[in-house]
Amino acid sequence: MTWLEANRSYVLDMLLQHVQIAVPAVLISIVAAVALGRLAWRWRRVGAVVLGATSLLYSVPALPLLIVIPVVLSIPLRSDLNLIIALALYGTALLAGTALDAFRSVDPRVREAAEALGHSRAGIWWKVDLPLSFPVLLSGIRVITVSTVSLVTIGALVGIQSLGNLLTDGFQRGIHAEIVTGIVLTILVAVVLDVLLVLVGALVTPWRRRTPRARSRRRADDTAAVSA
Amino acid sequence: MGIEFRGVSKTYADGTVAVTDFSCTVPSHSTLALVGSSGSGKTTLMRMVNRMVDPSAGTVLIDERDVRELDKVALRRSIGYVPQAGGLLPHRRVVDNVATVPVLTGTSRRTARADALDLLARVGLDPALGRRFPSQLSGGQQQRVAVARALAADPHILLMDEPFGAVDPIVRRDLQDQLAELQAELGKTIVLVTHDIDEAFRLGDQVVILRTGGVVAQTGTPQQILAEPADDFVRDFVGADRAERRLTTTEVDGRRIVVDGDGRPVGVLA
Ligand SMILES: Nc1ncnc2c1ncn2[C@@H]1O[C@H](COP(=O)(O)OP(=O)(O)O)[C@@H](O)[C@H]1O
Ligand SMILES: [Mg+2]
Repeated sequence: MTWLEANRSYVLDMLLQHVQIAVPAVLISIVAAVALGRLAWRWRRVGAVVLGATSLLYSVPALPLLIVIPVVLSIPLRSDLNLIIALALYGTALLAGTALDAFRSVDPRVREAAEALGHSRAGIWWKVDLPLSFPVLLSGIRVITVSTVSLVTIGALVGIQSLGNLLTDGFQRGIHAEIVTGIVLTILVAVVLDVLLVLVGALVTPWRRRTPRARSRRRADDTAAVSA
Repeated sequence: MGIEFRGVSKTYADGTVAVTDFSCTVPSHSTLALVGSSGSGKTTLMRMVNRMVDPSAGTVLIDERDVRELDKVALRRSIGYVPQAGGLLPHRRVVDNVATVPVLTGTSRRTARADALDLLARVGLDPALGRRFPSQLSGGQQQRVAVARALAADPHILLMDEPFGAVDPIVRRDLQDQLAELQAELGKTIVLVTHDIDEAFRLGDQVVILRTGGVVAQTGTPQQILAEPADDFVRDFVGADRAERRLTTTEVDGRRIVVDGDGRPVGVLA
């Protein structure tokens, strides 16, 4: 506790850093994975190839990736951007397949009916495909959010600051309280973001909230409709 | 608004022949029932009207205008569409499902919702159901909502694809009666797809019986088809030999009673 009290602002700094890297990485992953998933949904063959190549990305070890990215894009090794890009690549690799599943989960009868009513292509995307694929997509987003938050710590090995620094620094200097703080806070960030995602998910998909009463009401109504 | 199918055919990309040289005119304010077993090309034919399917040959005309000259999206918005079971937007409340097309065409959401509640009442639903999501309704109620949605923009033409195919027979009968009532009042030009010959006879002014490959087996009024089935296929399909269609009369206490082939009374001759 005394260590934590003495190092409050440092810990807060690292915490903030951590979130500032994880959140953009997740956001980029979502956009990229949705685009790839959509591509794969639309053109099966091309999609299978692209998704296959994307999932290979996940097998590239993190440290080499953190060295290759700055070389290819000529950005500094020790920059947040470097780590954000690396994590976004992993996130995309993990999420693209789920995004494809998400689009496949949309009932084609619903999509066709929407088209027949006179929705434009863009209308179907925004008003039908996106909201209806969201529940499956969200399950994937939760997975990459948690994995991204824990992966951010790796940046400490090449000098990109995050809660990972509490781990490396703690080990080097043998400060147990620092290590424990790093671990606990990393888990906490993951849990808080996950809970937020679940809440947002429930908020934007009200049609999936089933009241237990709905089922019994349903039956009663049909008899009422007949006798009416 | 009349609809004319002029020598239309459809062969899908995989080589499936769905419709073969089909011609038919649907006069304004009348109902055409397309009936046939599964895969006989009914849905394909119906979809040619709102350009969900473009024919491989021939043309479809609405009021003498080739539908291919019309903008797809605008055309679809101008035509009411009742899909098979499961075609409601599951993530929109019932009232918003009904208001879909008016909102698409620029009516304010507020006005569209108010109109939608009135429409729910017209199709026999409690407007209070407007707040529910489709999954919270029974199958029969969902199809009533689908009918209300199709009527929301007050289209001249209504396309219905086995609208009551998935609801149980008693509810189906009720829905058919309600549709007949609405039609008597509204006088839409309707293309109704069904595999239920009784439904076709009950609702169609003109009935087309299709065989596999979208080949016409017979076209006519229900009376004509029952009186003179074109061939054994039609006879079999309409069940002309079925006991409940072979009606005879007997006299009981001076009144003429109509009984079916099983001897069950079905009515009194006026
Ligand atoms: N998009 C499509 N691609 C290929 N074949 C299709 C397509 N849609 C329908 N078909 C085929 O065309 C035939 C007629 O289908 P459809 O018009 O749906 O018949 P119905 O509505 O009478 O059941 C069937 O053999 C069906 O499998
Ligand atoms: Mg069909």
